[in-house]
Amino acid sequence: MKNRRDFFKTSFKTLCLCGGASFLASLALEAKEEYFLRPPGAEDEERFLSLCIRCGLCVDACPYDTLKLASVLDAAKTGTPFFEARKIPCYLCKDIPCIKECPTNALDNKHLAPDKGIESLQMGIAIVDSASCVAHWGIQCDACYRACPLIDRALKIETKRNERTAKHALLLPVVDHEVCVGCGLCELACITQEPAIRVLPRTYVLGKAGDNYIKGWDRDDENRLKESSTKKKFDSKKATQYLNDGDL
Amino acid sequence: MRYLIARRIVQIAILALFAFAPSALVMGNLSSSLWFNTIPLSDPFAALQIFLASLSIDLSLLAGALLIFLLYGIFLGRAFCAWVCPINLITDFASFVRQKMGLRASKFIILSKNLRYLILILTLVLSFILSQPVFEAFSYIGIVQRGVIFGGFSWAFVGFVIFVIDAFLASRAVCSHFCPLGAFYAFISRYALLKVRYHLSKCTKCFKCVEICPERQVLAHIGKEQKNVLSGECIRCGRCIEVCDDDALEFSIFDIRRKNV
Repeated sequence: MKNRRDFFKTSFKTLCLCGGASFLASLALEAKEEYFLRPPGAEDEERFLSLCIRCGLCVDACPYDTLKLASVLDAAKTGTPFFEARKIPCYLCKDIPCIKECPTNALDNKHLAPDKGIESLQMGIAIVDSASCVAHWGIQCDACYRACPLIDRALKIETKRNERTAKHALLLPVVDHEVCVGCGLCELACITQEPAIRVLPRTYVLGKAGDNYIKGWDRDDENRLKESSTKKKFDSKKATQYLNDGDL
Repeated sequence: MRYLIARRIVQIAILALFAFAPSALVMGNLSSSLWFNTIPLSDPFAALQIFLASLSIDLSLLAGALLIFLLYGIFLGRAFCAWVCPINLITDFASFVRQKMGLRASKFIILSKNLRYLILILTLVLSFILSQPVFEAFSYIGIVQRGVIFGGFSWAFVGFVIFVIDAFLASRAVCSHFCPLGAFYAFISRYALLKVRYHLSKCTKCFKCVEICPERQVLAHIGKEQKNVLSGECIRCGRCIEVCDDDALEFSIFDIRRKNV
């Protein structure tokens, strides 16, 4: 160090380098596994990410300010649109302006077809936490049921005898996974401190039964039996011969 | 100073337009935008990546990308880097700090100017393989301008990192050694009409222009040869023109018939 000026210069430089490096390191170390909801039409995350140009036209188009672009610190890929249902849900505009404005078709415009519309959207699925839902406690609440834009189809009320009081009914909210589009209006309406009904991405929630099960009561499904061949793999000798082969 | 001031005004005005103008005038950001609810403008490099990633392209994206492609490819050259890109504000400030503090070039980090072309090719190949627009995923240009336009603060850290890299690690590292978008624009603007004209007879060989130029290799012929600045790497910032005391440099637009005089 020759003089004071040089000293300040070097320390300032080092300070800035350390600051920059620590920010990059904190970005690299941060592993967020939070869930987030995608705007309408972004069902297939892989397809969506390959098309999204991160321009924010959907954000500008949304009349309710539902959508936000992810910053570097958000869980979603930086610059891509997402929303948080408990803050502002998707109000399911009839003309779906976010899809309309998307320049790259990342928000799939097949939903704009007249025979599709908002009911073909699949943003997520509502899940009821029966432990904290006060309707399950026996307190009368149908806030989510009333808020649902697909009332009595996506969200139904199931009545059940209240065994504790023995003279009241429980009015339980039940989500039909085939109908629910995941707009999040129920999550916003939920009266509990933390929402007892939440909209989660479909991949977080849905299972898959596999096609080896056939619904015998569904005629179309049962038709699959006719096409399948029964010849395969069955070796009648195998059961009787294996003792002689010495494979045991 | 006039080009410098004009540049700052244009850069900030474009960001302010995106941030504050009513959506009837402009929506979106520099990646893709919609003007007057009719004219689409899109980043052609991003569009190319998206095409490679998804093997399909939407018509409005294609139209917007083509408009920008033609605007820079035929007329303005690599002017995007100097006049539009918000990162230029940061890197210019970094080189100002570098110059004021009298920092010398690092002996350890020596980057090739051709690195950016390598990254450009790599970006396109990876976009195809990973089926994702790779540069858009970490684009600091996108992060900063989205941050300014849509609000938030985390972009400021990214801007700071860019400043640190440029000011203390390697001079002009981000814009003229690394950026694949700059390389893309350099690649398409070789034959753009807007060029810097050079008069050898007026030149007194003071080399102030070379001193100040962010892409010095494009001025390699200064003082030696009567030739205009032809390289696509010239960002048309006009700084060489305004520092020249001898009027040896000027912008020229309709130069196509004169054949490189």
